[in-house]
Amino acid sequence: MIRRLAKCIRQYKKDTILTPTFVGMEVIMDVIIPLLMAYLIDHGINEGSMGVILKIGLILVLCNLVSLAFGALGGVYAAKAAAGFCANLRHDIYYKVQDFSFANIDKFSTGSIVTRLTTDISNVQMAYQMIIRMAFRAPVLIILSMAMSFSINAKVALIFVAVVPFMALGLYVMIKHAHPIFEKVFDTYDYLNNMVQENLHGIRVVKSYVREAYEVKKFEKISNQIYKDYSKAEKILAFNGPIMQSSVYICILLISWISAKLIVSSTMTTGQLMSIIAYTMQILMSLMMLSMVFVMIIISRTSAERIAEILDEESDLHNCDNPVYEVKDGSVVFENVSFSYSKDKNKICLANINLDVKSGETVGIIGGTGSSKTTLVQLIPRLYDVTQGSLKVGGVEVRDYDLQTLRNEVAMVLQKNVLFSGTIKENLRWGCEDATDEELIRVCKLAQADEFIQGFPDKYDTHIEQGGSNVSGGQKQRLCIARALLKKPKILILDDSTSAVDTRTDALIRKAFREEIPNTTKFIIAQRISSIQDADKIVVLEGGYVNAVGTHEELMRSNSIYQEVYYSQQKGGDNNGAE
Amino acid sequence: MARNNPEQKKRPRGPQNVGKTVKRLLSYVTQRYKLRLVFVILCIFLSALAGVIGSLFLKTLIDDYIEPLSKMENPVFTGLLHAILGMGGIYLAGVIASWAYNILMVVIAQGVQKKIRDELFAHMQSLPIKYFDTHNHGDIMSHYTNDIDTLRQMISQSLPQMFSSVITVVTVFFAMLATSLHLTAFVLVFVGFMMVVTKQIGGKSATFFIKQQVSLGTLNGYIEEMINGQKVVKVFCHEEQAKKDFDRLNEDLRLNATSANRYANIFMPIMGNLGNTQYACIAILGGAMAISGIGGLTLGAIASFLQLSRSFTMPINQVSQQINSVAMALAGAERIFKLMDEEPEYDEGYVTLVNAKEENGTLVETEETTGIWAWKHPHKDGTLTYTKLEGDVRFYDVDFGYVEGKTVLHDVSLYAEPGHKIAFVGATGAGKTTITNLINRFYDIADGKIRYDGININKIKKSDLRRSLGIVLQDTNLFTGTVMENIRYGKLDATEEEVIRAARLANAHDFIMRLPNGYETKLTGDGANLSQGQRQLLSIARAAVANPPVMILDEATSSIDTRTEAIVQKGMDSLMHGRTVFVIAHRLSTVQNSNAIMVLEQGRIIEKGNHERLIQERGKYYQLYTGAFELE
Repeated sequence: MIRRLAKCIRQYKKDTILTPTFVGMEVIMDVIIPLLMAYLIDHGINEGSMGVILKIGLILVLCNLVSLAFGALGGVYAAKAAAGFCANLRHDIYYKVQDFSFANIDKFSTGSIVTRLTTDISNVQMAYQMIIRMAFRAPVLIILSMAMSFSINAKVALIFVAVVPFMALGLYVMIKHAHPIFEKVFDTYDYLNNMVQENLHGIRVVKSYVREAYEVKKFEKISNQIYKDYSKAEKILAFNGPIMQSSVYICILLISWISAKLIVSSTMTTGQLMSIIAYTMQILMSLMMLSMVFVMIIISRTSAERIAEILDEESDLHNCDNPVYEVKDGSVVFENVSFSYSKDKNKICLANINLDVKSGETVGIIGGTGSSKTTLVQLIPRLYDVTQGSLKVGGVEVRDYDLQTLRNEVAMVLQKNVLFSGTIKENLRWGCEDATDEELIRVCKLAQADEFIQGFPDKYDTHIEQGGSNVSGGQKQRLCIARALLKKPKILILDDSTSAVDTRTDALIRKAFREEIPNTTKFIIAQRISSIQDADKIVVLEGGYVNAVGTHEELMRSNSIYQEVYYSQQKGGDNNGAE
Repeated sequence: MARNNPEQKKRPRGPQNVGKTVKRLLSYVTQRYKLRLVFVILCIFLSALAGVIGSLFLKTLIDDYIEPLSKMENPVFTGLLHAILGMGGIYLAGVIASWAYNILMVVIAQGVQKKIRDELFAHMQSLPIKYFDTHNHGDIMSHYTNDIDTLRQMISQSLPQMFSSVITVVTVFFAMLATSLHLTAFVLVFVGFMMVVTKQIGGKSATFFIKQQVSLGTLNGYIEEMINGQKVVKVFCHEEQAKKDFDRLNEDLRLNATSANRYANIFMPIMGNLGNTQYACIAILGGAMAISGIGGLTLGAIASFLQLSRSFTMPINQVSQQINSVAMALAGAERIFKLMDEEPEYDEGYVTLVNAKEENGTLVETEETTGIWAWKHPHKDGTLTYTKLEGDVRFYDVDFGYVEGKTVLHDVSLYAEPGHKIAFVGATGAGKTTITNLINRFYDIADGKIRYDGININKIKKSDLRRSLGIVLQDTNLFTGTVMENIRYGKLDATEEEVIRAARLANAHDFIMRLPNGYETKLTGDGANLSQGQRQLLSIARAAVANPPVMILDEATSSIDTRTEAIVQKGMDSLMHGRTVFVIAHRLSTVQNSNAIMVLEQGRIIEKGNHERLIQERGKYYQLYTGAFELE
């Protein structure tokens, strides 16, 4: 996982290496300073030499300034490296997601991809910055300070050897016990947040069923769990301070005792005592820093894993080796096609589909809720790969096309369609980047959208809010159709795309299709019989199987499901006024 | 060490009313933990004191023991041993005190956090729908994700640290004064200088942090929009363009993040080394003074002073680093309190809904479920009357506006007789959903009257009013949990059989049985693995299990195919036989068999009558019906 993430450092390798380098130099200064202090005390103050005091003092101040410079540089490069690294990570994930197939997106769910791109990356950025500064600084400082202490007086320095493992053990035991609890707390936290989120979204449901008290009880139960676990974990962590303090205190007392004896017997100086105490502080502080880094790593580990998961995910749709770059015509042939989302043979969504559609034909698809209508048409632009059987577009297996070529020729208006924030023009140009204004107007007329767009004060420059919340459902659908038409596709798929459009406009759109783009193959999924009754072929889907194929008249004669649907709509008038 | 939750696209804003917020926050602590708090303060004081005594001990060690002992022929160490043991005792007391206050603070911080969290949620549940309609859900969420967490951090970490810092600074200051007046003066000057530097860097850092938050917000917003529309991006082969825009925003963020963190990062080394410089300066100054005999400084005094000066600057540094997080926490607390101060849903109702049975022609209240409900109406003169719940809803000249001065419903009068099916037809924004919002009192009318079984609905207790109404909305909301639990939401004590019966009625049973674990299949993410139609079927089942006397169906079947809809409708019709139903639907086929159809336009009922009559009238409904007019 670490290696996977480390690949994203790239151009910030220099900064990543420079950071610990500067930090290292700062550390060296930090180690020299107590040594100089000892000299200053022993040879300056103790011997009463003003010259030494001034000279060493000046060097000391200089050393501090140098250390300051190195430390600041380390900080600057750490900021650059961490921000850069995370920009790269974000870039890699985002690009990766762009290559994802629908199946990959479904697997992660959009919400989870967004969290990984936002929260998780921020966590990693914090940790990374800390690691490149502290994870290097602390051990080096410990080792150097130890070495210096030993060089001053091995006997005194031995105290560290006794105390440091005691403290390290204490920290280790503490983290080891606290960590699993923290992981659990975080999960519970996610659960709590999720619950609040659902409550907010469903507040109307909560209030209409008068479930406020029930929700509060549910919340308090989770909240209490967090309280208990968190307190437990924090109580363990509460030993952190005392462990640190007692280590420092024990060291100081032992050092005082042993040093006093040594100084009295003239094998050590007061200055040396001072510097050893300074080293003691540095070592113990570094150990504490290290424990903080450790905790940080633990916290961010989950985030890093979640990021690596995306980076490691292989898109399950690939261009074949010698892709075909031209789609000859708009014919579509399904031969014994079966499909399953989960690759599980028992959970087949589509079974043995056989369908032969000639270029320019209009195919209507009708079927009940959950009969896999959408699944069927999503196979054509290869949004998913068929599990079994063969699917040919323009006489060529869809797998053999270059993906982009195929999708440019197969325009699909999704059931759950999205407009993006930007002007109407910008949204339409998704279909064709360099379309002229005339072309835009032409496709909008086809999709019966021109009229209402002209009604807006800013016409084609009207700003669309995120998700298209400032246009009505029917208007949104027509904009989406226009956007797809702009691609001048050989095959056009409308997945329940006129459900919010009234029947008259719906009829006008179909008429325009017939007259203006007669050579484009059209697949139309609809709930309304009227939307598909004049299609060349109507496919009746039922539970993933093709129940019947035929024209309106044929199906009215022979197919009971079709008749039933027809009558269910007839009873309510010859068509459904406005859906 | 809380998980960093960067839903912080929020405007990074400082606290507005510090005094009030702190006071209110402290009241949470003092309410339940007064004694413990006193003990905590005592312990912090002890712990800080032990540290200060420790710093001074160096002076004793050098001046009183090492120096004289060095001059002795046969040094006797028992005195020193006693001194060290004594010091050890003080240290031990310090460590125990520090452990004690740490543990106590955990209890206090967690307890306060839990209390605030629970109160926040409970209060949120009591707020009127209007609050949720007018506030961004992301903002409300961030109270739970960000605000409470920064608050906990502040209470458990910043507060004790600041407190102990203040105590340390004060005690150390006096210890320093006692040791050397001159050197203390120098330290004060130097600390003043450090504060200036802190302010400079802190200010720079804050500006860039705000910039970073802004670009983080922009980028996250972009990511959210694009990832949510990822399937459209793919269908249009728009990946390259999407990457280009992303790269631009990503680079913006990188630059701002680099600047922001640069200042934050250099803060520590600068402060640390300035501290060291001060240390060196004191050594020089102290040395010079000792040699020239100014202020009577001994070697031990200098050593002690050096330690003291460290103990003096370190807490000051710590506090200045805490100030940011304290400010953030206070701003968060302010936001939380603001929500807690929102007016809860006002309920002056006193008429309640009870189960009833008929005895000798009069209604009598009963505990059992009889299928008969009655309004229990206490009167001013102390008498009680029971009115049978029939589902008779009448509007008299109702005016309403979501925002004052902007009326969206004008003079709406309608009557729904028991057992009737009333339909609302009209374009988006015509006021259909608004009318249902008034029936269940999600909003209160501005003018006019609404009577429910002859009772002014303002007199009916809201919870009872709502319990008498079943509502199925177009936007289905399912909760994390099993299918069974989700349906049971309509009636918490429903048996398995009742749930299955309701599911069958909603025609949901078949697809539920096809799910991996049937009724025990766990739904997550608002039922993300179900189709829109399936989710609607589930929410209908949920309403069916509640078995309410009056039902409101707001586009409840819009995503269900017509054949299934016909089946569901048949089930619903039999369930609701003899009860009142309000239907909002786009499909006229759904509403055709209604007893009355109201055609709404811009908040006014322009036509009303049954299907045949409206067709005869050849008005708007006729136009809609023949497809000559478009609704949306």
